[in-house]
Amino acid sequence: MCLYTLPKTSLSPCIEALIEHYRLAGPTSRSEHYIFEELTDPSQLSLDYTTTILPPKKFLLPPKETLFQFTKDGQGTKLTPVEDTHATVIFGVHACDLHAIQLIDRFFEQDHPDQAYRCRRAATTIVSIECLQPCSQFSFCKSMGTDSINEEFDLHLTDIGDSYVCEVGSIKGAVLIDDCQDARPIKEDEIIEMNKIIGKRWIDFPDKLEPTIDSLPSIMSLSYESHLWQELGERCLACGACNIVCPTCYCFDVADSIDFDLQHGERYRIWDSCQTDGFAVVADGHNFRKERSERIRHRFMHKGKYQFEMLGLIGCVGCGRCAQSCLADISPLDVFNRLHRDLLPSAAVNEEVEG
Amino acid sequence: MTTSLDQNVHAKLLYIPSMMPIRNISSLTSQEKLFEIETPDGEPLGHTPGQFVEVSILGIGEAPISITSSPSRSTSTFELCIRRAGSVTNALHELQVGDEIGIRGPFGHGFPVELFRGRDIFFLPGGLGLAPLRSLINEVLDHRDQFGRVIVVYGVRRPSEFLFRDELYEWQAREDVEVHLTVDHPEDGWQGNVGVITTLIPGIQLRPRNTIAITCGPPVMYHFVLMELLGRGLLEWNIWLSLERRMKCGVGKCGHCQLDHIYTCQDGPAFSYAKIKNLKEAL
Repeated sequence: MCLYTLPKTSLSPCIEALIEHYRLAGPTSRSEHYIFEELTDPSQLSLDYTTTILPPKKFLLPPKETLFQFTKDGQGTKLTPVEDTHATVIFGVHACDLHAIQLIDRFFEQDHPDQAYRCRRAATTIVSIECLQPCSQFSFCKSMGTDSINEEFDLHLTDIGDSYVCEVGSIKGAVLIDDCQDARPIKEDEIIEMNKIIGKRWIDFPDKLEPTIDSLPSIMSLSYESHLWQELGERCLACGACNIVCPTCYCFDVADSIDFDLQHGERYRIWDSCQTDGFAVVADGHNFRKERSERIRHRFMHKGKYQFEMLGLIGCVGCGRCAQSCLADISPLDVFNRLHRDLLPSAAVNEEVEG
Repeated sequence: MTTSLDQNVHAKLLYIPSMMPIRNISSLTSQEKLFEIETPDGEPLGHTPGQFVEVSILGIGEAPISITSSPSRSTSTFELCIRRAGSVTNALHELQVGDEIGIRGPFGHGFPVELFRGRDIFFLPGGLGLAPLRSLINEVLDHRDQFGRVIVVYGVRRPSEFLFRDELYEWQAREDVEVHLTVDHPEDGWQGNVGVITTLIPGIQLRPRNTIAITCGPPVMYHFVLMELLGRGLLEWNIWLSLERRMKCGVGKCGHCQLDHIYTCQDGPAFSYAKIKNLKEAL
């Protein structure tokens, strides 16, 4: 049996125990928004959060991360890799963000495994929570098949009123539940209650995507020359906010810093944005993706098609963060729906009549 | 078959350069220098022509540089031809023999020399594009009997910009290499051809179906070279290009070198035209 229940009143002591042994990251409120942050007290945890400004990805792929440190002196140069093995629990992750972590796991493990990511990932335990209602007007997770998840988590919580059902997904999750003294094996009526709640939840989530998700890569293939990219390019401000808030963006830039003594320094990577002007510029100044329309096409092709071909997962989890943060009101849902509509036979007929 | 342990070791070294001393520096033009780098264990770097390394100056940064020496001539050293273009390459130009630089790589896919055996090889470098092609040219010349004709058409803007002059003279002096040089702007009493390299292609007799063409140069050049070569009847999969992108990591992670769905640092930088002709972002 890998299902347990934990009374809600026992959550606080459990969190307190976790904080003692782990770096604990969880959702907490910050003015009118929610953010994932390292918590120091159980009272900071807001499990009924809507959506966070940045996804929990930042604890696995930090915005700025040291790759190695170096020392240059009379004896030569010494390079020291920096590996973050700090045991971390990310608590209260929504299913969409967990799907995104699954995608990023695959990306950093494929071909040349990325040691910095692997180390941090191995030291991280993820406790996810079942979403019982849509979190934002911008989200469309049900359409993307990411409103729920039955793998990838270490422990998964479902709110059944007075208590949480805890599903153990891994050894790491089993270790956590062992430490929660008030957790006990689930009873039959609690399983029934949980299934009832999950069954009812489904109806509350709107299905906003017009094409089926399976057809998305093909729609993107057929839409490379769409007029839409030009339209969006004219609206896009190339600010890169969509990349920064995206749970499946992982591109980075690499830079060095050196101390004033010119002997000690580090090489680090920082999040980068394919929407900014300089992303594809080479040494002689040539820009391989000069137009905003080209850059926005690249972003959507990557999410809807390239990531699927490379990793077997669609690169958009429907969290809605990019749409929410976009000053030009560009939303992936609108883009996917519009491209789909433009490909329908009726659209072709209209175009002929208009043309 | 690699074990998971090997993968761990490999992963650990992904972004950590090896420090290697500069054994020799020679000036090629006012803008380009040739650096000979010593491998740490005296072993060959193990590259194929067309591959690149990431060169580090700690505290300044890292830049992708193609390897210009051929595997046939790289036993315990290898060569990099570096133009002053940015912060890392400018700093490299200030270094002295004996100084250490960081090297990661070799990375990516170079030219498949084994597929070129028995064919006529037609090299079309433009400007700094000779740097990656020189690796392949010398590899071919060091196994000269395995190939058909060897033709080199090389163009630069001004006569003072010719790279590897000594080798150009050497190649010109050989009977089994056809060398054609051209400049955009004649200066210094230049007596040779004037015009971009495509002006030289019509005058060269080719066996189109048996010829492998290999080109590398500034982005604007490819379109015209391809038109000429395809117009002469060369096959799409026999035309090879080396593409330049800003490869920050070299291992398919950072995303800067992506063209459509392809990561140039992994699938390239050497590509056949057949492979990239439908990729809008390639050229």
